[in-house]
Amino acid sequence: MTTLTKTEDTPAPTGPEAFLSVRDLRVRFSTEDGIVNAVDGLSFDVERGKTLGIVGESGSGKSVTNLAVLGLHNPQSSKVEGDIILDGQNLTATSEKQMEKIRGNKAAMIFQDALTALSPYYTVGRQLSEPFRKHTGASRKEAKARAVEMLTKVGIPQANMRFDDYPHQFSGGMRQRVMIAMALMCDPELLIADEPTTALDVTVQAQILDLLKDLQQEFGSAIIFITHDLGVIANMADDLLVMYAGRAVERGSVREVLRAPEHPYTWGLLSSMPRLGGDINEALLPIPGSPPSLLNPPSGCAFHPRCAFTDKVSGSLCSGERPSLGDGRASACHLTPEQKQTIFIDHIKPRLG
Amino acid sequence: MLQFLVRRLIGAVVIMFLIGAFTFFLFYTVPQDFAQLSCGKNCSPENIAVIRENLGLDKPITTQFWEFMRGIVAGRDFAVGHCSAPCLGQSFDTGDFVWDSIMDRFPLTLSLTVGSLVIFLVIGLGSGMLAAWKRGTVVDKAVSGASMVLSSFQIYFLGPIVLGIFVYSTGWMDNPKYVPFLESPIDWAVALLIPWAVMATIFTAQYTRMSRSTMIEQLQEEHVRTARAKGMPQRYVFFRYAWRGSLAPIVTILGMDLSGLLAGGVVTEFTFDLAGIGRLAVDSSMSKDLPVTMGVMLFGAFFILLLNIVVDLAYAYIDPRVRLA
Repeated sequence: MTTLTKTEDTPAPTGPEAFLSVRDLRVRFSTEDGIVNAVDGLSFDVERGKTLGIVGESGSGKSVTNLAVLGLHNPQSSKVEGDIILDGQNLTATSEKQMEKIRGNKAAMIFQDALTALSPYYTVGRQLSEPFRKHTGASRKEAKARAVEMLTKVGIPQANMRFDDYPHQFSGGMRQRVMIAMALMCDPELLIADEPTTALDVTVQAQILDLLKDLQQEFGSAIIFITHDLGVIANMADDLLVMYAGRAVERGSVREVLRAPEHPYTWGLLSSMPRLGGDINEALLPIPGSPPSLLNPPSGCAFHPRCAFTDKVSGSLCSGERPSLGDGRASACHLTPEQKQTIFIDHIKPRLG
Repeated sequence: MLQFLVRRLIGAVVIMFLIGAFTFFLFYTVPQDFAQLSCGKNCSPENIAVIRENLGLDKPITTQFWEFMRGIVAGRDFAVGHCSAPCLGQSFDTGDFVWDSIMDRFPLTLSLTVGSLVIFLVIGLGSGMLAAWKRGTVVDKAVSGASMVLSSFQIYFLGPIVLGIFVYSTGWMDNPKYVPFLESPIDWAVALLIPWAVMATIFTAQYTRMSRSTMIEQLQEEHVRTARAKGMPQRYVFFRYAWRGSLAPIVTILGMDLSGLLAGGVVTEFTFDLAGIGRLAVDSSMSKDLPVTMGVMLFGAFFILLLNIVVDLAYAYIDPRVRLA
């Protein structure tokens, strides 16, 4: 871990097993106020049968990244650069017509709020059948059989009778299951779950997470799981990517990142999480300040205005030079590995209990 | 659904009754002797007495109200003969039954409405959707700009210009007039083409703007994004998912515009010198022919109520969430 030399990111290793590999992804939106760099040089890999968790505050670029993977940004107002290689095919260079064949078929997405993400105007059955018929050329009857099968699989009782119901006739948890069933209709090899359980209560959340795990075991899909709930991540993911201001600041296996986090931002995230066994009088420690404006990001390390440890770094490195993220297990911070370890053990770990 | 319809219909009948009662009693607060009005100048007291009896004005006001209401449902007898239901009374001026006068004028008003409706719906919704589809391009800017300019026009401004060009200067077309549809559908359409075009121009501009903005709003909905994320083709997403949602606000405005048009477009009729319901309403109130004024008012109210129910039904058809409520 000697990362004080370059400002440009070196690509993460491209293993032959990487099913989805994102390299130096940049997503820019042109707004009236200027250009927003929503994602700025992001690289990651996801393997088949594995789950990559992505955490970060609102506006850190989690959802934007994943919408870019499916090519769902409006080309008129946004610009997507870099490589998104799904099973050997570069999606940034794929035509819209070809993308339509991939979406919902090879790569599917589960959205956060099923109430707004499902169309109120059509029956659940129709919304489920549509992509299946389009991608497989199945008949109406076959599509219905498949939809009922998937609805049953995600735990909707009497799926056959609910086929012709509208989304508003389902409860919140059931609607989210419908959303999941819809994403799984064509056995996607890549499943992107964008905060699939954020809007649900914890018991339903647990059921849905179990469901996703079961389905992953059954189909061997790669999953990208976006959330800001570290508890969910600990339960779901194999690898973890921590995002801040459109960039990855820490990467590693879930165990590594949660047990021995290296980046001050990750420390902040962990410290601001309430503990079940914690003392009731113990104050939570939120990260001071607010997420940076992506229109005009801070110089150097985007986290430095909120970072409590900039004085430990010599000179004005933090505000002057952007730390790069190394390969594999890595964190983008100017602190030396020894400093990271000492600070974590002395200051952070005691708080986490 | 049926229950909903029945409830709405009963409500509409009650409202019609209230409007009828209100106009009727408003009518009698006017400080005028109706028999005198009907008789005209140089009228002998005997004549007035006869007229008063013929019109039933000598009876108590409650009896008159009962007869008026009964007449609407069951018809009533006047000195000049039987006025069959729905009887809205008899004109002071001409002695014609009000319902007959309205029915004389209604075909023109209906023709103006239907003709312009077809044009402005097809072109208005179509161009609005095109602009939304091509949002931000030259096409969008051209369509938006044109509709902005046209929607600020008025019929009495555009109408005379079009008449001036196509009728008075070049003589390519005749002055608009009403030819009964059943007599000759082609002549009917040709004779009304100018008013249709002028009315439709102004309405088209409004519907273009509305359809563009509701489509753009819908295209940003999350469920539209979900449909794309499922791999549905862009065209399909546009026409099935986004368009469906954009209809509800349009149907609401359309219902209001239509009931206004059917109750009579005064400005249009005067601009093109056509005799429709609007003309009848203005003429009757100028000559204080109160039964006709009342009749036209009730007739207009009927369309407003009817179209309200139709809009509610259309809403339920468009949005299943409304159906169970």
